[in-house]
Amino acid sequence: MKIAITSTGNTLDSLIDSRFGRCSYFVIYDSETKSTEFIPNPNKESIEGAGPASAQLVATKGVTKVVSGEFGAKVKSLFDTLQIELVILNKADKSIKEIIELLER
Amino acid sequence: MKNITIAIASGKGGTGKTLISVNMFYALNQLYDSVTLVDCDAEEPNDLLFFSQTQLKQVSQTEVNLSIPVINDKLCTFCGLCQEYCTYNAIFILKDLKRISVLEDLCHGCGACTFACKYGAIKEREVSLGEVTTYKVFENSYLVEARGRVGVYSPVNVIKAATTIGQRGGIVLLDSPPGTSCPFIQTVAKADYVILVTEPTPFGLSDLKQSAETLKTMGKPFGVIVNRAGLGDDEVYSYLKNENVPLLMEIPFEREIASIYSRGEIVAKTRPGWVDDFGEMFGLIYKDYGDSGNKR
Repeated sequence: MKIAITSTGNTLDSLIDSRFGRCSYFVIYDSETKSTEFIPNPNKESIEGAGPASAQLVATKGVTKVVSGEFGAKVKSLFDTLQIELVILNKADKSIKEIIELLER
Repeated sequence: MKNITIAIASGKGGTGKTLISVNMFYALNQLYDSVTLVDCDAEEPNDLLFFSQTQLKQVSQTEVNLSIPVINDKLCTFCGLCQEYCTYNAIFILKDLKRISVLEDLCHGCGACTFACKYGAIKEREVSLGEVTTYKVFENSYLVEARGRVGVYSPVNVIKAATTIGQRGGIVLLDSPPGTSCPFIQTVAKADYVILVTEPTPFGLSDLKQSAETLKTMGKPFGVIVNRAGLGDDEVYSYLKNENVPLLMEIPFEREIASIYSRGEIVAKTRPGWVDDFGEMFGLIYKDYGDSGNKR
């Protein structure tokens, strides 16, 4: 299963990015191979529609779950139709490594 | 005939834009020929409330539409070119899953996607954004109202249409929406001069600063009316002095003014001094920014 996590940086020690559409990086974590891929978010500076463009990016990667601090109204309905689960994590001090550990439990 | 377009704006909501707009409109009508008031606050237009229904005569109404793409997924090859052409991220496509959809709220109706499609899979349909209505109020004097349809994402296109229709020559007053975002920018962009209405409170000052900075960036000349003078503190006045911004007028914090306004009446009707004050203020603005000074 692939999971996308929004990240403020490109290492496992980076903290979660509280924004979805305009986060700095997306981490794609594969729970079968235990591999992680860091993708710089090309939509960070979008004038409009950063959320849907980012939803498209993570959906293209084949994820079935997305972890972030918050999601906007437009992406919620998109993810619903794609049957991708959203996890809201209100803990800004959690690192990517810690979040992966939580997901593995 | 005097030609000038003046926007009445503010950063903060509820500072008195509409009070100034309708009273200035009334006052200038007593003094000059051909005055138009454009209510650009398309999300909640209310200038109309200050004129009796018998006084108003509707002269025209224009529907404001947007062309939204409709994608036929039987003809679509999911090539993704339409999405590449879209600057506003309004097309959502998942090539592998053969899924494509239009996010109508993000669409600006530019037509680039229709142009991009080589397979004839995109047709357009008209969506109503709102309407612009013109009323005759006095002889040779009009009120143009921008009214957005409830639920529409952005009022900008309706405002744009209203300022175009409202540009009848003569004196044009634009009652701007609050804030400093796109609806405000769209309104003040058409003005020769901007009157910022504020109140002498920390909230008024904070938002005044934002509007002033925006107007400076746009190169728009402006001055300030302090409403509810006597309330709050002196910080707004210090700011105006330090920044060299002209203080155009002060309206005292008075229960009676609020009372007249809340009944939907025009204060200048019962206080002739207001007609003179607005006339004098207008004269000074016109001298520097009217007709020949028009560098729109």
